[in-house]
Amino acid sequence: MEKSRRSFLKIAGVAALGVGFTKPTLNAYASSVVGPHPQIGDKALSAHHWGMVIDTRKFHSEKDLEPIVEACHKAHNVPDFSDMPNATSAEKKRHEIKWIWGEPYHNAFTDKENHYQSHRIEHLSFPVLCNHCEEPPCVLACPTKATFRRDDGIVLMDFHRCIGCRFCMAACPYGSRSFNFVDPRRAENLKEETCPDFPTRMKGVVEKCNLCAERLAKGLQPACAEASKGAIAVGDLGDPHSNVRVLLEHNFSIRRKPSLGTEPSVYYIV
Amino acid sequence: MNDKKLIIIGLLIFFGVCSSVCWYNWLSAAEKGAPEPLLSEKAKAAGYCVVPKDKMKAEHMKILDQWREHVVRTGKREYVIPETGRTFNMSLSTGEDSCMGCHSNKSEFCDRCHDYASVKPYCWDCHLEPKEKE
Repeated sequence: MEKSRRSFLKIAGVAALGVGFTKPTLNAYASSVVGPHPQIGDKALSAHHWGMVIDTRKFHSEKDLEPIVEACHKAHNVPDFSDMPNATSAEKKRHEIKWIWGEPYHNAFTDKENHYQSHRIEHLSFPVLCNHCEEPPCVLACPTKATFRRDDGIVLMDFHRCIGCRFCMAACPYGSRSFNFVDPRRAENLKEETCPDFPTRMKGVVEKCNLCAERLAKGLQPACAEASKGAIAVGDLGDPHSNVRVLLEHNFSIRRKPSLGTEPSVYYIV
Repeated sequence: MNDKKLIIIGLLIFFGVCSSVCWYNWLSAAEKGAPEPLLSEKAKAAGYCVVPKDKMKAEHMKILDQWREHVVRTGKREYVIPETGRTFNMSLSTGEDSCMGCHSNKSEFCDRCHDYASVKPYCWDCHLEPKEKE
């Protein structure tokens, strides 16, 4: 049978119409039949861009930091090797895992060091943690996408995917990441007690602050903010009326190493 | 040239020895049978899981993997089943409605089959197993 050009074009036209109509029709049908599916919980806190404002004026001594560090490290089962038996102080330091800790001004703000500094700033221990950068170098360095930046600005880790290459640790200019050189469950504090709400890590995995993504999902504030008695505020930097933006509007603030262009989401009121 | 008998006997012994592993396995399996996971009281009372039992048996590792992806990457932490109106906490080991929240008897529920099948999942290197009551 010979096909004329005319009949071929007719069939082609009908086929094209058929294809054009089928997809939307099928889609409409598919959306009306919803099976089991994952969703974000009702209680979950959300933001366009999560950020943190730390009011350092409310910190007077290292003692003020302790409950904050403890709350964070307890909530996330962070191992403490400071009382490791038969270990030198250098070894203890090497095995140290920290999510939030204190750092003197000249270490925290390396490009803001003046010859003459106020007494308070000189002797203050600044709480430092992962800055949840807008341009996170750790995310660029990670070869397995174990570290990534969520749409809401949290720089998060999928511990399952971490291969322990430590590129992220080299990339992070804030030293916010720690490596588990030994099985964290060997730490005395985790042998005694673990928090059932968060897993531990295993040997060979990097870890860091996750801005309490698991607590935000339950409608809770991050552990550090909760323990800080108002010195640490966590909120939406993308909302001009949020608690953090109001704080930033009324107070002078600085960020760590801004010249590197990582755009930290953690602000310090000094 | 009259070694026919010897050769046949030799071959039989050879194949018998070679296939002994299979025979041993079949016989011992018929004797003991594959273990059934035991349900905790809470799981028994609930009477349903995230997906039907057979699918769960075959695909729980895939489901866990998908859950991890959703929880970590998209922040979706609740698994809704519209037919029953139930929601589950998409977590292996944390919270009431998580896997272990219901199946709190890891040694009877997880380990029995995993040991039998000789699989060694590394879930418990990080995830905390529920404390089992003696």
